[in-house]
Amino acid sequence: MKKTILYSGNEAMGEAAIRAGLKFYAGYPITPQNELTAYMADQLSQRGGIFIQSESELAAINMIFGASAAGARVMTSSSSPGISLKQEGISYIAGAQLPAVIINVMRAGPGLGNIWPAQSDYFQATKGGGHGDYHLIVLAPASVQESFDLTRLAFELADRHRIAVMVLSDGLLGQMMEGLTFDEELAPPAAVEKPWALTGASGRKPHVVCSLFMKRPDVEKNNLILQKKYRRVASREVRYAETFMDDAAMAVVAYGSVARIAEAVVRRLRAKGKKVGLFRPVTLWPFPAKRLADLSRRVKKFLVVEMSYGQMVEDVRLSVEGREAVSFYGRSGGGVPTESQIEREVLKSLSAPLKRRRR
Amino acid sequence: MGKNYSRPQALTDVVTHYCPGCGHGILHRLVAEIIDELGIRGSAIAVAPVGCAVVAYDYWDIDCAEAAHGRALAVATGLKRVQPDKIVFTYQGDGDLAAIGTAETIHAANRGENLTVIFVNNAVYGMTGGQMAPTTLLSQKTATTPRGRQAATEGYPLKISEMLALLNGVVSVERTAVSSPKEVLNTRRAIKDAFMNQMERKGFSIVEVLSMCPTYWDKSPVDAARWISEEMVKYFPLGKIK
Ligand SMILES: Cc1ncc(C[n+]2csc(CCOP(=O)(O)OP(=O)(O)O)c2C)c(N)n1
Ligand code: SF4
Ligand SMILES: [Mg+2]
Repeated sequence: MKKTILYSGNEAMGEAAIRAGLKFYAGYPITPQNELTAYMADQLSQRGGIFIQSESELAAINMIFGASAAGARVMTSSSSPGISLKQEGISYIAGAQLPAVIINVMRAGPGLGNIWPAQSDYFQATKGGGHGDYHLIVLAPASVQESFDLTRLAFELADRHRIAVMVLSDGLLGQMMEGLTFDEELAPPAAVEKPWALTGASGRKPHVVCSLFMKRPDVEKNNLILQKKYRRVASREVRYAETFMDDAAMAVVAYGSVARIAEAVVRRLRAKGKKVGLFRPVTLWPFPAKRLADLSRRVKKFLVVEMSYGQMVEDVRLSVEGREAVSFYGRSGGGVPTESQIEREVLKSLSAPLKRRRR
Repeated sequence: MGKNYSRPQALTDVVTHYCPGCGHGILHRLVAEIIDELGIRGSAIAVAPVGCAVVAYDYWDIDCAEAAHGRALAVATGLKRVQPDKIVFTYQGDGDLAAIGTAETIHAANRGENLTVIFVNNAVYGMTGGQMAPTTLLSQKTATTPRGRQAATEGYPLKISEMLALLNGVVSVERTAVSSPKEVLNTRRAIKDAFMNQMERKGFSIVEVLSMCPTYWDKSPVDAARWISEEMVKYFPLGKIK
């Protein structure tokens, strides 16, 4: 039966994780994601899982390394400064090919910054973050409903590809409350075989979960295995959403909570007859580069809006490969782009001359 | 006459990479013998450290996770909590357990995680070339204390076992050595006790083993063993701490 409740983004991610069969969660308190850790403390242990408040984010990420190595569905959550501390463990999880779900409810940085929302961890989330050549799948919800739906999807993708999946939320999405609808009878995603898990070598050869390879060719081999996996993920798991893009002459590109604000602007300008659309990447890695490249053959102008000083805009520029003009508007450090600021930028971009093509 | 000394089943049939006279080789064998004796080869899961014993998983014929430097007890916590019936142990050097991993060590102990810890105190960082460890003795020369460790600048050798014994979550703390046949046998007994504590669900047990690193002590294997029984034990006395 479908059920609709009023929930915050943080609680929605917690509920989705438990309903996706989460077995082990470890986390360390940090604002603005505290409701999620508290939700896990209250709910997970009552519903068949294990909750640990760890002594640090370092410990939390390594606890989920261990629990995932044992074959369990695992999750940790934090906000920007804590996610920085987790980077070592994330790199090891990538190297050892462990499935894991990591939630980042982004806040303003650098340093301790503050608890206000931001999108300034885009580079860290999508380009690796820790050491070595690796990627996470990065999912960017734009509502409480999507915080729920994408968290569930994160567990499916993690198991499907033996990969760590990050749900990249922010202080706005985590704290705000909206209606959340889900099917109470929906079963967790089907369990997948984990023939590599550490369950005791009874009647079989030992399993080893590691990211160390003593012989140089073996490290390269592991890297090539990872790269093959990333190519497979990139070809299958790209997700995005489009609003008014069918006949748009200009696209606003934004993700997460900024996409919500931008959508209001786009709708208002449409009502005034402006041919503006919204392109919203849902997977930040893999980035919907091919779709943007296709669009750039028809859409003449792009405006990227972020709660950062220009991070995703680099991927948009790479995607359109200089074919069309890409302008940028961003605020960060707690500043949230307002509707009127975005509208001003759209109008500015609409009235600017077209990029001249060199022949 | 029957064969009364053979390779334990839980020890793989390969040549280890350890230096001659190194304590790690002795300890690996002891752990394998105990796994055989307790019949837990099919349920034991090791967590290897970052240190000279990083590839312990090549030497034990059991499931094994390799943890990041210092994080073995966090990894072990995850492994054990989701599989409480498995026998999970960590094997860690002094740098791993008592420097970079101090927080993980203290908090796993304080939570009373039902784990067994084998703590190999060789008073140096073996793997990275013999630098100072938290357990390096005063005046001991290492790559990063070229004129000997000084209390005024480097502090005193860390007695982490004594610190852990203060915690309510810890059921057993013992310090042994592998510097003589008698001490080796006692170490074997202590490690077996620590495994049995876990099997009886008693909680967190740690055995600190004073172990030779002839290479970075710049001593012959015989002199290295003698240095443990004559020098190290003065600061790190052997025996049951808790
Ligand atoms: C994060 C990190 N820092 C530093 C190192 C380098 N490193 C590898 S082993 C080691 C020290 C090992 O010493 P110990 O734990 O005493 O083990 P031993 O080799 O003496 O048995 C260091 C510093 C590393 N691998 N990772
Ligand atoms: S460097 Fe020291 S601890 Fe490492 S293998 Fe050699 S003797 Fe053993
Ligand atoms: Mg050492």
